[in-house]
Amino acid sequence: MAGYLFRRLVQSALILLGVSFITFVLLYVLPADPVRQIAGRSATAQTVENIRQQLGLDQPMLVQYWRYLSGLVQGDMGRSYLQKTEVSTLIAARLPASLLLMAGGIGCELMIGLTLGIVAAVFRGRPLDQGLMVTSFVAVSAPQFVVGLLLLYVFAVQLGWFPIGGYGTASHLVLPAVTLGIMGSGWYSRMMRSSMVEVLRQDYIRTARAKGLTRARVLIHHALPNAILPIIAMIGIDIGIFMGGIVVVESVFGWPGIGQLAWQAIQRVDIPIIMGVTMVSASAIVLGNLLADFVTPMIDPRIKLR
Amino acid sequence: MARVTPEQPEEAILAELTQRPNAPVAPAGALRRLLRRKLALFGFAIIALVVGGAVFAPLIAPYAPDEQLFEGLTLFGEPMPPGGGFLMGTDLLGRDLFSRMLYGAQTSLLIGVVANGVALLIGTIVGVLAGYLRGWIGAVLMRFTDLMMAFPALLLAICLAAIFQPSLWIVAMVIALVNWVQTARVVYTETTSLAEREFIAAEKTLGASGARILFKHILPHLVPTLIVWGTLGISVTVLLEATLSFLGVGVQPPTPSWGNIIFENQTYFQAAPWLVFIPGAAILLLALAFNLVGDALRDVLDPTQRGND
Repeated sequence: MAGYLFRRLVQSALILLGVSFITFVLLYVLPADPVRQIAGRSATAQTVENIRQQLGLDQPMLVQYWRYLSGLVQGDMGRSYLQKTEVSTLIAARLPASLLLMAGGIGCELMIGLTLGIVAAVFRGRPLDQGLMVTSFVAVSAPQFVVGLLLLYVFAVQLGWFPIGGYGTASHLVLPAVTLGIMGSGWYSRMMRSSMVEVLRQDYIRTARAKGLTRARVLIHHALPNAILPIIAMIGIDIGIFMGGIVVVESVFGWPGIGQLAWQAIQRVDIPIIMGVTMVSASAIVLGNLLADFVTPMIDPRIKLR
Repeated sequence: MARVTPEQPEEAILAELTQRPNAPVAPAGALRRLLRRKLALFGFAIIALVVGGAVFAPLIAPYAPDEQLFEGLTLFGEPMPPGGGFLMGTDLLGRDLFSRMLYGAQTSLLIGVVANGVALLIGTIVGVLAGYLRGWIGAVLMRFTDLMMAFPALLLAICLAAIFQPSLWIVAMVIALVNWVQTARVVYTETTSLAEREFIAAEKTLGASGARILFKHILPHLVPTLIVWGTLGISVTVLLEATLSFLGVGVQPPTPSWGNIIFENQTYFQAAPWLVFIPGAAILLLALAFNLVGDALRDVLDPTQRGND
């Protein structure tokens, strides 16, 4: 266990190192010159050169990367080119909003997905099941920005139940969280259904029914716990999809999270922020995968760590 | 859906066993089984409709996609709602939405198919090489695949698309670059298990060359998987293209794409919701169609996946 943990940690660190290198190289070959953005249009060649030297952008790429990396391991992500603030401060200020949104999204996804999956499994083969599975396909095929705009139009503009955008109260969270969760709920309902169908086929379920327990009791106490565990472990793997989703959802709803931060930074070629958000997202993804790998055998002893 | 009903378990298991492909499934039988599924037919119908609309756009479209029509705006300069003189209404610049949707279908399909084709190609090459050669080449390729998995895909795509001046082909390549990973993993798993089968060992004993085994035995067995992933993948690429275009880093106006029609008009969507929801519905339907067909193909071509449905 300890050996496996160590190996996985080293592997994760190497993956993050690779991600940082590739992102850095990509941003380095960027045709848009960040110095021009900072200096403005009317800057003289001398000013541009000064800024370039100040930021260390005149150094060779590997030197710049080494500087960035040695800062990064000490928790220093550099300063934003345009806002002159520490990137870590900017991200820390935005992260809670994004985490809240993600928590809401995961909550919605599980609530909708698992419920529909269980219902479909119970009514397996009947029209209700078939209808639900088609619905799940609609959910995974719906572009998030269209879902977001549709929810905004119906529930905020027409019905006025929720605010049109922004951040602050619980009612601000509802629409963005549902938007973020809908796509995943489609996948979860399918996985939950397969898992439940698989469990319901087992002998012990038949035994439980045979000894006279009611259908509902067998379903809730005997089948559900076994069916749900492998699904819960999938949440860790989902983080990557959510990291992409928040960029879109935050943009549609004007949610002040790291997705918006990254999006604005990309438009202004503010490289340290882009790097920072990419690294934070990649860390979250790697961490999610690690958790999934370690949680799965804990809740399901049939799966052993290698 | 092929279901294993509890009343006749033996037949079902027997059927499953006999259908397990030692050779790739006969295409004629597969096609017949596919056409018996209503959902797959629905998917095919949508795809045929969109392909038809895209191919015959110049014939069908009542106006040029970028023609700003004088009668396309009201006296107050507002877009016209659907119905009346314009089937789907007009956009903020007085252009006919129906014509733009038809030409937009060309963009969405082209990018969907090209990006997905390239992604499938990269994924197959990486997966087959890693799975068949193993050794250090396999290790390096798969570690690189793991690395790509850790990238926030959409963020990477947005970054890349914003870095390069986004043209149609650049957008397609960007999407391909972030989308090959899944295919590579599936192909890798499949190839490693194939490489351990007896008939491959037998071929080796008979002295077949590595290339012969790869092209005559491994690749044909991968075809069903690739068809399934290729179809499901188009829906992913269509959605990704729409998302990038919606954010303004995809296909650039004036070339219409379903995503950038929404991008151009979203600020006005409270007053003119059709400008957002007609293209939105089109994106959803096209992605849904490829998902339905892909899922049906998986059931038909890959009996090992059956029984869960």
